[in-house]
Amino acid sequence: MSKILIYPTNSLVLADLVDRFGHEPLTIPQEIRKKVTSVGLDSPPLNITPEDPKIGLKYAAVEVPSGVRGRMSLIGPLLEKADAAVVVNDPEATFGCMGCARTNELVNFLIRAKKIPMLELPYPTNEDDARDFVYKIAEFLQSSEVLKHE
Amino acid sequence: MSENVKIAQLSCGTEYSGIQPEIEAAAKQVNAEMVFADVDYDDIARIEKDFGLEVASPDLKLLMARAKSIVDGKTDVDAVFVATCFRCAEAALARSEVRRYIYEKTSLPVISYSFTERTTSGTLLTRMEALTTMARRKSLLARERQTGLTAGIDSGSTTTKCVIMKDNEVIGTGWVPTTKVLDSADEAFNTALESAGIKQSELDALGTTGYGRFLIGDKLGADLVQEEVTVNSKGAVFLADKQKGDATVIDIGGMDNKAISVHDGIPGMFTLGGICAGASGRFLEITARRLGVEITKLGDLALKGNSKNIEMNSYCIVFGIQSLVNSLSTGAKPEDVAAAACYSVAEQVFEQQLQEVEVKEPVIMVGGSSLIAGLPKALEDLLHVEVHIPKYSQFIGAVGSALLVSGLVDTSKK
Repeated sequence: MSKILIYPTNSLVLADLVDRFGHEPLTIPQEIRKKVTSVGLDSPPLNITPEDPKIGLKYAAVEVPSGVRGRMSLIGPLLEKADAAVVVNDPEATFGCMGCARTNELVNFLIRAKKIPMLELPYPTNEDDARDFVYKIAEFLQSSEVLKHE
Repeated sequence: MSENVKIAQLSCGTEYSGIQPEIEAAAKQVNAEMVFADVDYDDIARIEKDFGLEVASPDLKLLMARAKSIVDGKTDVDAVFVATCFRCAEAALARSEVRRYIYEKTSLPVISYSFTERTTSGTLLTRMEALTTMARRKSLLARERQTGLTAGIDSGSTTTKCVIMKDNEVIGTGWVPTTKVLDSADEAFNTALESAGIKQSELDALGTTGYGRFLIGDKLGADLVQEEVTVNSKGAVFLADKQKGDATVIDIGGMDNKAISVHDGIPGMFTLGGICAGASGRFLEITARRLGVEITKLGDLALKGNSKNIEMNSYCIVFGIQSLVNSLSTGAKPEDVAAAACYSVAEQVFEQQLQEVEVKEPVIMVGGSSLIAGLPKALEDLLHVEVHIPKYSQFIGAVGSALLVSGLVDTSKK
């Protein structure tokens, strides 16, 4: 079983796919509801304190907005554990969403810099693309570059 | 207990910055409640087209969708608080445009703020207090005349001011440096009473404002304890006799600055600066000390100088002053240094605060720093408009307090 970082880290679809292929998804679990009533789209069910953005300084300098560093205090440790990553670009918010484009840019860069196996996919917009999307993820999760970490 | 006020929060990053509890704590202290407009994902999906601003961050799309929900009347609130992370350029654009959108399309009071993880409820309290006052006390804020015999005390970070007003006129003043808050208030109060020739027992009511407002208000049994944004804007339009139509009030204080858009005497958008001492009256105090002149003489000295003759490499109260000192050591004229100091402070206020409010004429400058003539002159040069300095401008908070508290006296009598 490999540790797979999924991005967006709160995507239930991605987490389920990774789990089905016998790997451990690294996620920030969140229940996505039809109505948005919380502070942000990716509001965590966690007690984030002003100390967390300071922990995020390990991943981003002080001139980086505090919201990015607060997110990095959670995502950074997941990234450190990751053997591989599946990243979906420009997803709909209902699929999973990190709320902040600057965090997306930084996380994608850090995954690439870590040089772990990485699958980057655009979010599918029709049924054929969706089938292809699932097929590519399945293929990646069964590939030797991912399985070698087991 | 005052009436509960619902403040719509339009924000990005508050929760991951760990400051959401601070925002809610500040609101609770002024009996307000932060609420979030309920929107559908479809609203978010089409908001860039509807609003006209394209942003990459989904939470900014949510922020804009919530703003539209308020403007469309789908969300019932009394005031709006717009907040995004400090140093995020995309968020700064969205914050600024959403604030303007709310201001232009609704009659709701609105304030915007850029935060870091160091933002505390104490930092936000004055802003929340002003926001809720605008929502809660519109009838009081509409007051244009002072009636009866009232006093106002303004406990500022540098000086404590007091005025006694009777039948719409200032009849006594007191102005002392702030040392111990209560002692300074007593001294300013007694001086004002003495100059007015009345006793405290004769007063109909007392209002307090400024940093020490709660402490002084408690001790003296004030009838109105009010933050500076509200009282300064009321005091400014009253003293400048600009109570109808638009106006912009600027107060460069010892510790923080206020820039307030006013319409018919009621504050709308406002900003409170307070992060950098280089943009405060303190910068001018240190410059005056370095030049060996009284702060009261610095402005006239500045009027004789030319700021362009001095090279300043920093706005900072440490490094900026260092630039001024270096200029003096290379033979610069003191009047040029004084002018450069005034221009430096005015330029920072112009760049950092006046972009956040709608600057509409007349521009009224108030507070002790308005009497440093070089400072309003520098602002005039930057804004290309005439800057009005009303009589008693240094007593602005005290006048605003005395004016507003007289409204409470009338109400109780009726």
